[in-house]
Amino acid sequence: MQGGAEPAAECAFANGTAVQLDSIPGFPVSALGEAARAAREQGRALVALMPLREGACDHLLLLLADSATGRLSASSFDLGGANEFPSVTQAWPAAHLFEREIFETSGVTPVGHPWLKPVRRHAELGDAGAPPHPFLRAQGEGVHEVAVGPIHAGVIEPGHFRFQCSGEEVLHLEIQLGYQYRGAEQRLVSGKPASRLVAAESIAGDTAVGHALAYCTALEALSGAKVPLRAQSIRGVALELERIANHAGDLGALCNDVGYVPGAALFGRMRGDFLNLLTEISGNRFGRGLLVPGGVRFEVTPELQARMLNALDEVEPRLHAAERLVFSTPSVVSRFEGAGAIERARAEELGFVGPTARACGVPRDARADHPVGAFQFAHVPVAVAEDGDVMARATVRWLEIVRSLRFLRDQLSRLPAGPLRKDPVALRASSMAVALIEGWRGAIAHVAFTDEAGQVARHRVIDPSFRNWLALALCVRGGQVSDFPLCNKSFNLSYAGHDL
Amino acid sequence: MLRLFKSRLMQGRPTLDFPGPQSLPERFRGRPEVKPGLCKEGCRACADVCPTEAIQIAPLRVDLGRCLFCAECAEACPEKAIDFTAGHFEQSFRKREDLIVDGAEAKLAGALDERMRSLFGRSLRLRHVAAGDCSGCAAELTALSNVVFDLGRFGVQFVASPRHADGLVISGPVTANMREALRLAWEATPAPKLVVAVGACAISGGPFRDLPAQSNGVSPEIPVDLYVAGCPPHPLTLLDGLLRLLGRI
Repeated sequence: MQGGAEPAAECAFANGTAVQLDSIPGFPVSALGEAARAAREQGRALVALMPLREGACDHLLLLLADSATGRLSASSFDLGGANEFPSVTQAWPAAHLFEREIFETSGVTPVGHPWLKPVRRHAELGDAGAPPHPFLRAQGEGVHEVAVGPIHAGVIEPGHFRFQCSGEEVLHLEIQLGYQYRGAEQRLVSGKPASRLVAAESIAGDTAVGHALAYCTALEALSGAKVPLRAQSIRGVALELERIANHAGDLGALCNDVGYVPGAALFGRMRGDFLNLLTEISGNRFGRGLLVPGGVRFEVTPELQARMLNALDEVEPRLHAAERLVFSTPSVVSRFEGAGAIERARAEELGFVGPTARACGVPRDARADHPVGAFQFAHVPVAVAEDGDVMARATVRWLEIVRSLRFLRDQLSRLPAGPLRKDPVALRASSMAVALIEGWRGAIAHVAFTDEAGQVARHRVIDPSFRNWLALALCVRGGQVSDFPLCNKSFNLSYAGHDL
Repeated sequence: MLRLFKSRLMQGRPTLDFPGPQSLPERFRGRPEVKPGLCKEGCRACADVCPTEAIQIAPLRVDLGRCLFCAECAEACPEKAIDFTAGHFEQSFRKREDLIVDGAEAKLAGALDERMRSLFGRSLRLRHVAAGDCSGCAAELTALSNVVFDLGRFGVQFVASPRHADGLVISGPVTANMREALRLAWEATPAPKLVVAVGACAISGGPFRDLPAQSNGVSPEIPVDLYVAGCPPHPLTLLDGLLRLLGRI
């Protein structure tokens, strides 16, 4: 982990593959800080920092992704029997929530963490086992506090937002989540294969395809199964339909939040057009039931292929007309521009992902950096904007709609021939697989571990929302409370995906 | 402004005629047709693969309160005794036991009594509470208000506060961390009030059933007036359920 000095000391592997657990190199925990610093300097992405084993937290596992080489890497750090380790959050802020999670689930303390608060368990929620921790509180003349949630004023998931304000100006926002915690990861390793799969689809309901794809990719990596090319293509089509539907829906919702009803109506309807295309393939508006480990369940027949291409011909002009309308309306543009801006340096050091990062000029996209499945053969250009504000996030989402449409047409006009799925085979024992899938919110990471008997003993999920919620908290600083709904919608993060 | 009119013209009239016959994609999985007569003795292929133990055999019965409409059973059944693709999007019920379908005619939701209908039949305000909802149900509830489904034309609207609401729409398996907030919202809703449980999670825990951090759906202390099955239910399913409850279908 010392940069170029000890290349052999690192266990590098490709996205969507597995490694033997005993091939992961070990270091004393005193080397963790240096490893984190080096990784940050090299521009690597933090995939995860977590206990190497569930239960007894005696080693930490550091998972990194290097977009320059397209490789992932794993290393472990021995706590030496201690119940604490030096926090790396100051050296690499991207680790902040991972360290809080380690603290919450194992009781091991990252010493020097600037805000060591539980992530999903809270004493305020009646959880006697959770250590109490206050909200940060601003003090001074004219300073007041606004508390919102867990139940919000709308059809939306629950969470608690605590604003510190001076007049209308937001000084600080602290977001407390955990209300949606269901224990989804437990279901991914217990019960029938079908029970696990539907739980994966339900981690974040608007990302059913993305999470199912990450789940299946992790299992396929452990079994070494090669997914048929036709299935890879259909999976890619479903993933991009999901992306377009969500981006279109959010562009509509952004219009709604600035009081521009025509935009809301146009984009809101077109979101449904893409969900209906997912239904044509899978029988469900969110693509549930389509993916299975080893491939896909449903065929895209030549008739369906033609019908989908026709549907794209019909919807594309309407999409472009709506885009021209919305982005040329001064009352929309003036509200989008400058609202909720995040600097590129912040996005980089905090490890934001997806359109959130790309809108700040960080060209990170797992489809390009660590391609698996159809994205190995069909390149989707990375959409980037510079300003980091609501306008930039809206622009990135629009560009991604356009580029995903091109990908859809490309795939649908030349679907590879062949079978739809491969029968499951036994999983490799004592191994770890990592699947990074670029969902519409950003990189979804699934990390699965097998035991000596080749059974999945642990399946960790890191939804892009887990990495991005802090972006919302930061972007409202210095703005007005009334801009919060607009900023919130520009990210549209998942509460359930964060809470699991 | 001209551009606005142009794109408005281009869109045509997107709002669905409802109630009435609806055209859904061929593969859409709605309320299954169950044909126990086709079962071979001793076969339990469907029950064995069902992710939520929604299926009982001999005789064949499917509990739509647990069913995720996932296609596993239909795929496993050698006799095609369970068919989700018959185009039935109506899957709302008044009583929990009515959700168990066995091949007899489905006991779809009936209307509220005369007094409740006179109160809510032409104007109903609902407050949504997500309690562990993966956002699938929330997304379809949101879609109800778009120009395609246009819930507002029936006098039904979502409101921001339970104090302004005539009832709660609850989705999600009710996480331990949301139990108290849900109870407070229910208590804050003025009586007489309605409760609609949306989706397999709110009815039975769905894919998360029996996990310790949730409650297998809405607890018996909160009486449910309408169960809308699905994972998530299609917006048409939700529209159908609400209008049945109001006696308008």
